Amino acid sequence: MSWLLSVNHLRKRFGGVEALCDVTLSIEQGEIYGLIGPNGAGKTSFFNVLTGVYRADGGNIEFDGKPLDAAAPHRVAAAGIARTFQNIRLFGNMSALENVMVGRHVRTRAGIFGAILRNAATRNEEAAIHARARALLDYVGLAGRGDQLARNLPYGDQRRLEIARALATEPRLLALDEPAAGMNATETATLRTLLERIRNDGTTILLIEHDMNLVMGLCDRLAVLDYGRKIAEGTPAAVRENAAVIEAYLGGALA
Amino acid sequence: MSLTGKLKANPAALWSAVALVACALIALPFVLATAGTTWVRVTNLAILFTLLALGLNIVVGFAGLLDLGYIAFYGVGAYAYALLASPQFNLHLPFWIILPIGALAACVFGVLLGAPTLKLRGDYLAIVTLGFGEIVRIFFNNLSQPVNITNGPQGISRIDPIRIGDFSFSQNELILGLNFSGPVKYYYLLLLILIVMIAVNLRLENSRIGRAWQAIREDEVAAQAMGINTTQVKLLAFAMGASFGGIAGGMFAAMQGFISPESFVLVESVMVLSMVVLGGMGNIWGVIVGALLLSFVPELLRHTVDPVQRALFGRLLVEPEVIRMLLFGLALMLMMLFRPAGLWPSQVRRRELAEK
Repeated sequence: MSWLLSVNHLRKRFGGVEALCDVTLSIEQGEIYGLIGPNGAGKTSFFNVLTGVYRADGGNIEFDGKPLDAAAPHRVAAAGIARTFQNIRLFGNMSALENVMVGRHVRTRAGIFGAILRNAATRNEEAAIHARARALLDYVGLAGRGDQLARNLPYGDQRRLEIARALATEPRLLALDEPAAGMNATETATLRTLLERIRNDGTTILLIEHDMNLVMGLCDRLAVLDYGRKIAEGTPAAVRENAAVIEAYLGGALA
Repeated sequence: MSLTGKLKANPAALWSAVALVACALIALPFVLATAGTTWVRVTNLAILFTLLALGLNIVVGFAGLLDLGYIAFYGVGAYAYALLASPQFNLHLPFWIILPIGALAACVFGVLLGAPTLKLRGDYLAIVTLGFGEIVRIFFNNLSQPVNITNGPQGISRIDPIRIGDFSFSQNELILGLNFSGPVKYYYLLLLILIVMIAVNLRLENSRIGRAWQAIREDEVAAQAMGINTTQVKLLAFAMGASFGGIAGGMFAAMQGFISPESFVLVESVMVLSMVVLGGMGNIWGVIVGALLLSFVPELLRHTVDPVQRALFGRLLVEPEVIRMLLFGLALMLMMLFRPAGLWPSQVRRRELAEK
């Protein structure tokens, strides 16, 4: 089996709290992999360690057959992992289009001298960045919103803009932190279509989500975290029946 | 529709406007010279400060890094010029070699300042940069012992003027029946540099690096997650801003013929920052307006306050300098109340205000 991402014995501790304890999981190329768990289970910590925001206390991460240098977030992005944030972190005072254009940074090269001289190579690259950013806005359903400031977009659009910006980095793995949080049913349905499309176009997705309908309907496999430990892994149907999962979500007394 | 919008829609009007401004700028020094060469000198200093404000705008306006010691780079550029073109070391290199050296020296100092402060933000960065500015000035002041490099508080005098072959920028010359005095010649040279710098600034703003700067200003964590090497890109901002300062400093040394550490005190840093904030952080045109206003208004006051008071009261009641600081403080307060984003804010900030 060739895994796109395999995480081995990952540990992260904040003082006395073990946010991640010996987490091992692997994601296959082309799947939608869910990561669920009660609040405070360590899902976002997992994301932050994976994307280099936090440094792991132990364990290793292998991405695309190579050890992932998770020491610096920008190198993680360059390696091909892009993420969105649980609390949306767009560049608020830049237009939607510019936000996506920033996402192209890691796949383009023009430097200071290119910017000042604006030579043919830089002009071509800039035109390509523009075209790609427009195409991505279109892709996530934000065509015609490009000139609006990111902070002025409706909530659902902001979530989708974050996805467009992440896609602009040409990720192999797209890590989404609660993309459906705060969305109504219609917006969630649109999001689901979008995520399926992204997967069908060849990008693997790692999804943290609380919306169980979305998770169960969309994910090929999922892992459940509780108090920093992986307590279950498997297909949605299997996880749903797992006693440990029911206990974690509903409490021991009911199980 | 805004004025700029109308102009863009009508190319003929745009070009006539450009031509009009160009003619005005070309004629300006001769008009000013009729009121006295002082005013040409004042204009030249105003252009120098505009260069500084444009440089600082890269650091503060684009990348959002608050720098309170910016004048240090101006000083580095000025001292680089002075040391390489004066009797101090008996070096007399031509200006087209020294100006780039000055820019490069300032750039190195920009990186030296930037590297240790990369992890600092906001107030903390401001405090360290403020300290840096003072350190550089104190070095200028004390590097006369044990080896005399900067000549200490006495400063360096008899700095070579800019010279191209036999054409010296410090001498009077009659060309086509017009009297080109030293300041008038410098005015054209400075104007040329200013236009180049404005173009550089505009191009940087709409570039891959410019967007990366703005992304860091907006949200550093998200910028990193998008693959921006924030360390490198922030250092670039410091280096670029500092190079602008270095070039302005070199021109300053050449024009004045004399520099001393007193020209590079904290108040000057504050002044340049005020220009950026007053005009409208992040908007190049706003920054230019801010720089010109803060350069000219004090000079106008200096020349009007005294005679007006003498005419009204028969004697001088309040020193022009006192009035200048009073008005300056008042202006800053009014700005904070009524135009917090600056006189001519960047489009982004204007839109922000419109919603409120």
